[in-house]
This record gives sequence, structure tokens and C-alpha cells, in this order.
Amino acid sequence: MARLEAKIPPGPLEDKWRRHKADIRLVNPANKRKYQVIVVGAGLAGASAASSLAELGYKVKCFVFHDSPRRAHSIAAQGGINAAKNYQNDGDSVHRLFYDTIKGGDYRSREANVHRLAEVSADIIDQCVAQGVPFAREYGGLLANRSFGGAQVSRTFYARGQTGQQLLLGAYSALLRQAAAGGVELFTQSEMLDLVVVDGHAKGIVVRNLVTGEISSHAGDAVVLATGGYGNVFNLTTYARGSNATAIWRAYKRGACFANPCYTQIHPTCIPVTGDYQSKLTLMSESLRNDGRIWVPKRAEDCRKAPGAIPEGDRDYFLERIYPSFGNLCPRDVASRAAKRMCDEGRGVGETGLSVYLDFADAIRRLGESGVRERYGNLFDIYHEITAENAYRTPMRIYPAVHYTMGGLWVDYNLMSNIPGLFVLGEANFADQGANRLGASALMQGLADGYFVIPYTIGDYLATQKPGSRPPADGPDFRQAEDSVRSLTSRLLGVKGREPVDHFHKRLGRLMWSHCGMARTRAGLEEALREIPALREEFWANVNVPGSGGSLNQSLERAGRVADFLELGELMCRDALAREESCGGHFREEYQYPDGECKRDDANFAHVAAWEYRGDGQAPLRNTEPLQYEFVKMSVRNYK
Amino acid sequence: MTTGAAQPISVTLRVWRQAGPGEPGRFVDYPAKDLNPNMSFLEMLDVVNDGLTLKGEEPIAFAHDCREGICGTCSLVIDGKPHGPGHGVASCQTYLRSFRDGEVIVVEPFRARPFPVVKDLVTDRSAFDRIQQAGGFITVRTGSAPEANAAPVPKGDADLAMDAAQCIGCGACVAACKNASAMLFVAAKVSHLGLLPQGQAERDRRVLAMVETMDGLGFGGCVNQYECSAACPKLISHDFIARLNRDYRQAAFRAAFKPATNAGSEGA
Repeated sequence: MARLEAKIPPGPLEDKWRRHKADIRLVNPANKRKYQVIVVGAGLAGASAASSLAELGYKVKCFVFHDSPRRAHSIAAQGGINAAKNYQNDGDSVHRLFYDTIKGGDYRSREANVHRLAEVSADIIDQCVAQGVPFAREYGGLLANRSFGGAQVSRTFYARGQTGQQLLLGAYSALLRQAAAGGVELFTQSEMLDLVVVDGHAKGIVVRNLVTGEISSHAGDAVVLATGGYGNVFNLTTYARGSNATAIWRAYKRGACFANPCYTQIHPTCIPVTGDYQSKLTLMSESLRNDGRIWVPKRAEDCRKAPGAIPEGDRDYFLERIYPSFGNLCPRDVASRAAKRMCDEGRGVGETGLSVYLDFADAIRRLGESGVRERYGNLFDIYHEITAENAYRTPMRIYPAVHYTMGGLWVDYNLMSNIPGLFVLGEANFADQGANRLGASALMQGLADGYFVIPYTIGDYLATQKPGSRPPADGPDFRQAEDSVRSLTSRLLGVKGREPVDHFHKRLGRLMWSHCGMARTRAGLEEALREIPALREEFWANVNVPGSGGSLNQSLERAGRVADFLELGELMCRDALAREESCGGHFREEYQYPDGECKRDDANFAHVAAWEYRGDGQAPLRNTEPLQYEFVKMSVRNYK
Repeated sequence: MTTGAAQPISVTLRVWRQAGPGEPGRFVDYPAKDLNPNMSFLEMLDVVNDGLTLKGEEPIAFAHDCREGICGTCSLVIDGKPHGPGHGVASCQTYLRSFRDGEVIVVEPFRARPFPVVKDLVTDRSAFDRIQQAGGFITVRTGSAPEANAAPVPKGDADLAMDAAQCIGCGACVAACKNASAMLFVAAKVSHLGLLPQGQAERDRRVLAMVETMDGLGFGGCVNQYECSAACPKLISHDFIARLNRDYRQAAFRAAFKPATNAGSEGA
């Protein structure tokens, strides 16, 4: 049974982080350079962590599977980043950002973590502006804001529809500055394939060079995983094709607990699926819900008509109707389920009946086409490229799609997993977003973890490790891990079956979407738990991975990732089955109020479920960490 | 879907195959039949690759990731044009509806000496990271930043900086240039940071170091034909090249007459 000590500092909520920073152990400057820190991933969390740790004097090795750290999928985040600056004078505060985020997460995140996130949010904006991130500004030259779902204030900072790109390029520039200065050694096209645990502590990784195929070991005094989310288990998602769970999954198989794997976010505004050849779905930023109005026809028989032919009185602006106080800006899980209910009622539009309208006609009347173009021009362009439709003339059609995973490796308040020395940041951990993430909070969390949390908390661990005590990278534990990587590679290459890797990924994705997607049932999850192991068996009997392991082999890369998804998908279903309540993105049809809203069971499920691996073929162990709410009263979320 | 019911199309792909760096390469024809015109170009390559896998042949290696035009990974030359026929889009945002039934489509990697071919359609563009590393940053230690609204930035400057900052680092500008010049890439970063008050302290050092590194890596000179901005998936304007030239001249002039001012300004 894993030991899950959250290590939440005592004291009043507002003082916890400040006092914790003052209390934790420090590493003196001369000793910092004796420590080697391994950072895996260079998205917002990884790049900000690697650069900040190097600035402090630690020796950092940073590994990315991309050809450049600037390609990490943080780059694709569109809408913005939240911060409690209260520049709008609209009543925002650290407490309000904290409260909105806790409530948005449906009371399934840790109070102390979320409060810390809200506290450092303002520092993130300062940091990014100083790096030259060109946030949107008002005519007076000061920073502009917009609104996002789940909040009644304007606290979102943005750079057109490319906020993630600009924040990542800021972090990337800081990372490269440290690479130039010698503080960071950068390893591109290097995929982590195993974690090395020595005497119970994370002391290194095994990586495969994707160009040469070379397998190598790297030892460190601590390992930081910032490898993103695992949503691609669903195959068709808004994630990049290369996004994968391999680093965190292999860490799980080395003993790190996987927390709340069933918490996945389905984003309401994505371009709908068009055909089975499709490789990915594209998000239309939530910021569009500031000015776009979502509707379906009131009558099912109108659904085939052109939208312009449906008079105002025959339209159902269902979010405004059901949630009058938040309207089109209700949280993602709520908006997604409402859209699904409309389509289930037969009122969906488009050829498949699986989409709803997002209409800008009112905004264009109010702001003019140029005003709308200024705010959302690049999003309208993306929509046009994909659908060949002009959204200035006809409403967009949107449907929910998998977008983010709130679950991830379990971490304590210091962001350290239950394996000492293994830290997990950003989307790869589980800590801050609860059962549902609010818009513009992912960028905030990634940068909070990397810039403002890990630089303090890693010292608390490293101070317990004697400088120079890290094991050599050719020790027995490293050799054993390398061997297991090599044998997995040859096993994948050796099957020589009759189906390509994508075939299995698509089938897994369909299973997961049907049974572990927007709505889940006991029967459906039990069926998935029968089908996924069968699919996994078929994969290992019938996959065809051409080529060799000794050079660039994209089929082999995908095969390893899909093999992991085939295991992780099962754990997600297991977690969804065990959590007999509905909360945030986890909606069990058996547990709902008559109006279709989530029915939580705080008496039995106000806890984190942290799954512990116990060997292949063995059922994993479900550990729990109770969620103690000392400052906020858990209540039924109400956006009406 | 207005185009959902469109007729399927069939094309022939003439694809550059090359086993590795320095190996000889050649074009190989692959039929791609009965495709939905709403399919993206990369999805077509996925389908062709699955077919090759099942026939026991090695799939075509091509670089891709986000498939929504922002990560800058995809890098195909389609019918002689970096990122294909579309204006202001990346390869991944190219759809089959841009092609005619029966067409032969030539697919090559970005071609430039500083971007050696790794395999088939994949090239090594790490030279861009090295240019960026030379000076494409503002030195600011984490935690030491002043309050974000302390220095107002005129909206026009911020907007122009954002126009430049949109660069996705794909390298199409280099592939489009007959001299394989990286001037548009460098100009975008130098302009982005140089337009902002935060970027002034290192403005001279930045432009000199980035240009020197660019030249050292073997990128060619700019002869103002603007193929670069025509191929740019973000339509970054060649006006920024003029800005780069001006910044470079001013910095070089100042460095020549006041070398002492640059000493000790190393950021770390």
C-alpha cells in the first residue's frame, strides 16, 4: 500500500504557501551545482522548470521527443491565462480565483494547492511580460483582459488566439538562454522510455534517441516529469498526434501512483468529426463564448434547414435558457453535457446531427465584422480552412471533444510523487484542477508549477540527498531498465502481424469515447473492461511495426505509445467504474439530478483515488487520499 | 458540412524517399485512391502509410504533430511550394479539396543546406534553435520581474510585435528562398523583442549575435524577392526584414564606435 502524505502545511489558507516557503529546506548555492536534475518535457511546465532551476544553479538535463522544445503542445493553447490581477476593477481577488477554480473543479481538488495557484497567478503575468510575451493591450498601453467560462470577472490575459504559443515561446527563450549559458543540456528527439528507481528513489531515466535508435541512461539526483496529459488514449482529440502518456505510464509501472485517471475534460467547442479517416479534432477557443451564442433549433424538424432560415423565435439558446447567470460562459463540462443532451434529443444540426451552432450574428451587429475579426480573426480562419465555411456569414458548428486530462500522477504539496525524488508538473500531475478544469487555467498551472513552485520545493528533497551521491548511469538498476526497454522494442518489432498501429488506436479510441467519454454507465464501463484487454491481446498478436529499431521509425514510436494507451485506457475505465458518483468531467448516468446535473457523493467519494501498480495481469490497488475542506463548504455547483 | 457530400478523388503522389542523411534519394510514385476531399494532406499520408505497412514496405517518414498549424513541425514541399498551394497555411492545414482528381502531386522535404534530410520528408531544423539561443531572448531571472503594468506598451507596438511573434519556426521561409536565407525568421524574432520596451537593453547584442550565428550556420543572404513571406504560414511580412537590416546597421555602428558599452553585458 502506497504512502500518500499530501504534506499540506498547517495554518490559515492564505498563509500556507508563504510559511511553507519559509520553513522548507534550502540547498546552498555552492551545492546546487553539484546536483543533476533531469527534466522530461519542455512545454510550459517543463521549460519554465528547467530554465528556473538552471538559473538557481542546478545542473539540468532537459529531454524532449520533439525536434525542438518549441514544438511542445502547450503551443496550441488558444484562449488565455487566468490571473488575479483585478486590472478590470471588477471585484477579482486571489480568493475569488481560488474559489472559482475549486468550484469549477467540482470540489475534487486540494484547497491548499488551488490557493497557491491563485496566489502565484499574478507573478506569472509579471514574469511573462518581462520576457516579452506580447499580450493584448488597450490603447493606453496597459494589459487587456477577457472573460472565460466559470467566472463572472474578466481575468484572462491573452495574445490573440495564440496565448499558449506566446507563453511557450517565452519559456522556450528562457530555456535556450540557459542552454547557451551552459546551465541546461538539451536533448531533443529523445523519448523517455523508463524511469530508474534506485533504493526507492527516482534517480534517472532511460531514453531512446528517435533519430539513431540509440538507447541510453541518464542519472540524476531528482527527476521532473512535465510530459503533459494522456487524452490521446481517445485517439480523436484536440491533442497533438505525438502527445502521449508513455513517460508517466512507465513511471506508474515503477511505482508512482496514478490519481483520478477517469477525470478527463471534454471541451464543448470543437470542430465536429467528419469522417473515419480523421486524425485529430481542432478546438475553437472557449474565448469565442464571450461573444458567440450557442443554439439549436427548438424543433427537431428544423434541424436540416439552413440556419438563416430558422427565425429567432424558433431557436433555443439553451445555455442562456438553462444557466441564465453564466449563460454561454458556463464551465466546460456543463456546456458539453448540455450540447450532448440537445443532440440526444434529436435537435443537433449538421449532416451527422452531432453538432450545435455557435453564432456570431449578434456580435457582428454589435461590434462590426472588423471588431469580431480583431478579437477572433485567426480562429475564424482556422474554421474556414477546415470546413471551407465562412463563420462571419453562417454560424460555426461545434461539438465537444476530448481536450485535457485532470488526472495524472499523484503528487504531494511539493509536487513530489510517492516515489521520493520524482516530481511531476503541469498536466502530467493531478493536483489542481479537481474533476474539471476551468478555461485558461492549464497555462496558469503549467507555469505556476515550473516558475514558482518547483524551484522552492525541489530543494526540500535535494537537501536530504548528499551532493555527489547519485548512482552512476551504468549501475545495475539502469542496466535492468535498459534491458526492459530493449526487449519491449524488439517485441513490438517482432509481432509482424497484419494491422498497422493506427488500427488499434482508432478502435481503442472508439471504445473509450463510447464507454468512458461524456457519459458513463456501469454496464458500459464493464463492457469496456472486457473489450480493452481483448483488444490489447489482439494488438500484441497482430500489430505490424515495419522497419528496425536502429533508426528513425515513426511506426515504432507510435506502437510503444499505443501499447501504453491500451493499458491506461483500462485503468481509466476501472477508476470511472469505482467512482460511483458524478463530478465535473466524470458523469455517471446513474448519479444525476432530475435536470441532468452531476450528483456528487461527498460522504463516500470526497477523496483522490490513487492507483498503485502491482504487476501485469494483477488488479491495481485503489489507494485514497481524503480531501479535507477546511475553508470552503462543498456544495452543489450552481451556474443557474 | 457544405462539402461533405463531395466526390471522392484519386491522385498520384510522387514522394521523395531517402533512407538517411547523406544517402542518395529518389522519387517514388504512390497511388492514393478514392479519398474524401475533406481529408487533410497529412491524413492522406497516414492512409498511404497504412497501406505501405500492410504491403510490408517502409512507410514514408514525415514530420508532424499538432495538425492545426501552430507547432511548426510539418514541413512538406508540395508541388514545389513549401507548405503547398494554400496561402497562409502550414502543410497540415492543406486539404485535398485544393487538388484535382487524377493529379500527380510532388512531395519533397524542405531543401536547404542548413536543414539536412534526416529521412524521407523529415529534415533537421535545429539550426533555428541555435540562432534563437544566440540572443533571441530577454534576460529576466524568474521571480525578479517588475509589475506587469509598470511599463505601458503602445497598442500599435504591441500589435506589431505580436505580428512578428507569431512565427512558428517551421523554416518554410528558408525552403522558399533560392539562397536559403533565414532573414525572415531572424527578422521576426529581432522585431518582436526590439519593438517592446522590455527588449531594449539587449537590442544591439541580440541582433548582432543572431545575424552572426545565422551566417555561421550557412544560411544565405537576402536579395529581397520575398518568396519567404509568400510561403510563410503566418504571413509574416518582409517589412520586418527592413527593420532587421536597420537594427543591424545601427547596432554594428554603435558597436564599432563604442565597443566598451557591450562589455560585461552578458546575461545569464
